[in-house]
Amino acid sequence: MTHRSFLMFILPSLAAMILFIALPLVSVVVQSLHIEHEQVLKVTENCGPFGCKEETTVDAEATAALRAEKPIGRFNGLGTYFDRGHLAIEDVATAWAERTSLSGFFSDLYNLPLYKAIAFTITYTVVVTPLTILLGLMIALGVNRVTPILKGPTIFVSLLPMIVTPLIGSLILFWMIDAQGIIGKSLQFIFDDPELSLKASPPLTWITLMTYGVWHSAPFAFVVFYAGLQTVNTDTLEAARIDGADRWQQVRYVIIPHLMPLVVFISLIQLMDNFRVFEPIVGFSAEANATSLSYIIYSDLRGDTMRFNSAAATSVLTVLGVIVLLLPVLIRTWRDFKGKVV
Amino acid sequence: MANSARKGPSSLTIFSTAFVLLWIVIASFPFLWTLWGSFKVQGDFFSKADWRYALNGTRTLVETGGQFTGAGYAGAWIEQEFWRAALNTTIVVFFTVVISLTLGTLGGYALARSGYNYAFWLLMIALVFRAMPHITLVSGYLLPFFQWNLWGHLPTTIIVLVAINQPFTLWMLHSFFLNIPKDLDESAMVDGCTQFQAFRYVIIPVMWPGVITTGLFSFLLAYNDFIVTAMLLSRDNQTMVPAIAGFLGSTFEEGNVMFAVAAVVSTTAPLFVLVMFFQRQIVSGLTAGAVKG
Repeated sequence: MTHRSFLMFILPSLAAMILFIALPLVSVVVQSLHIEHEQVLKVTENCGPFGCKEETTVDAEATAALRAEKPIGRFNGLGTYFDRGHLAIEDVATAWAERTSLSGFFSDLYNLPLYKAIAFTITYTVVVTPLTILLGLMIALGVNRVTPILKGPTIFVSLLPMIVTPLIGSLILFWMIDAQGIIGKSLQFIFDDPELSLKASPPLTWITLMTYGVWHSAPFAFVVFYAGLQTVNTDTLEAARIDGADRWQQVRYVIIPHLMPLVVFISLIQLMDNFRVFEPIVGFSAEANATSLSYIIYSDLRGDTMRFNSAAATSVLTVLGVIVLLLPVLIRTWRDFKGKVV
Repeated sequence: MANSARKGPSSLTIFSTAFVLLWIVIASFPFLWTLWGSFKVQGDFFSKADWRYALNGTRTLVETGGQFTGAGYAGAWIEQEFWRAALNTTIVVFFTVVISLTLGTLGGYALARSGYNYAFWLLMIALVFRAMPHITLVSGYLLPFFQWNLWGHLPTTIIVLVAINQPFTLWMLHSFFLNIPKDLDESAMVDGCTQFQAFRYVIIPVMWPGVITTGLFSFLLAYNDFIVTAMLLSRDNQTMVPAIAGFLGSTFEEGNVMFAVAAVVSTTAPLFVLVMFFQRQIVSGLTAGAVKG
């Protein structure tokens, strides 16, 4: 294909991506370097019977005019990045200097909004991704063994948790784990604790969110693994059996190596998706006990005062996080590509 | 492994079957329970006294005189005007899918047929773009959209969803086009077609299976989106998912929860139908990226 016709074909798609993905990223960076204008103050002289006093008041009109004229605010450099709502270097330095123990330092750190969000986002990503792969593999191996009549319905049912809107899926579970919902009531009965509530404590909320995450993503891993299982080389399996491999050894030394490329693929997709965990936090109303990076950007952008600059700074930090996450993949692909060329 | 010679010990088969049945319950019970409960009153859906109320509909019988009630649905669809949100969703989803696929087929075809390095780099950039959390992009749009008075309208949201959808659509269609033999369009061009004519008369007639599969995923992305629609649409133009989130603002007002439950069931129903009819395409789409890419 000539350069010219390539350009003609790709242009609409490329233009959409540049305008609405690349430029917004630039916009985020620019916004994060600015901060809202300070209020315009005016000094008026107020004269009464006991002499004159100077009074400083906020000139609301001038402030509004200034903000309307230059909505992006004034240049602030990296100020927003280092303030208390973001990297909070001062607070971190104080916490480090005054630490009594390492865990004390981390609990101080956890009180800062950004670090709290990072803690949850990373824990969620690191816990949910492997569990998803494991559960998906188990379901795939299970479905592969059951009678053919069951296979179709299982695949149909399995797709549901994945395909349903994440907000809706989490709401459905949220209602069920409510202290008066069926799962919540059952748990109270099982643990013999009428006060038990999954919403009350941070650890329980974290566990709930991660359970939801696995429930939501396991079907994806299952479907991919199931397709992979259909292409396992039967001769190799046969040979392993003749050599005396038991069931577990067949899975461990024949099937899992065969599925390895799929594990890499699923991990990649899951890391990307889990890192932006957001909807479950809204669905489970879990923001008091668990916030993610996406959630704190969202909460900056809603409400009466939208803090664009604060949201933008968090966004830039999040994007950097995504790039760090993808770096191994990108480097590997680049090496493969170089290898092909040379 | 249906081959009888390879049938393992029956205990393993029993264990597998039990595990699969357990998974079926875990995957489907929440939906069945919510569907059932949506026809009850709040006192049964959240059983304060006895969980069996939800099955018997004890409170529902007391409050409405019947075992089942459509009060939640009436409240959501008529009183809270959920039909408006449903209409908006239909518009947004339809145009997002059509535009996404149009741009995506052209781009995906070009990427599959170009042997130059930049095609590879474009795919890599698309991968990075796919990983961007959508909320970071939204925080880039908001201020300019407010300034240029673009905020709140359906077309703005449609274009944004199309763009966010592009990286994924490009990847998927690219791998589908790689599967269509190159000889087809090359022989057309030997016969004197231009590149576009080859695409129009040779590729378009055979590309539909791939396009339909990709379309399903574009549909899901647009239909399931919460972040973009919640942040970029004004109240009048809201789609279904943010509208449900809106119901929750006044959640613990008696009865309002049932509006949300009814709305949730109404929103899930089309997805059920979709899976029923397109199960094969969805499965092949999920595996396409893994097996070929």
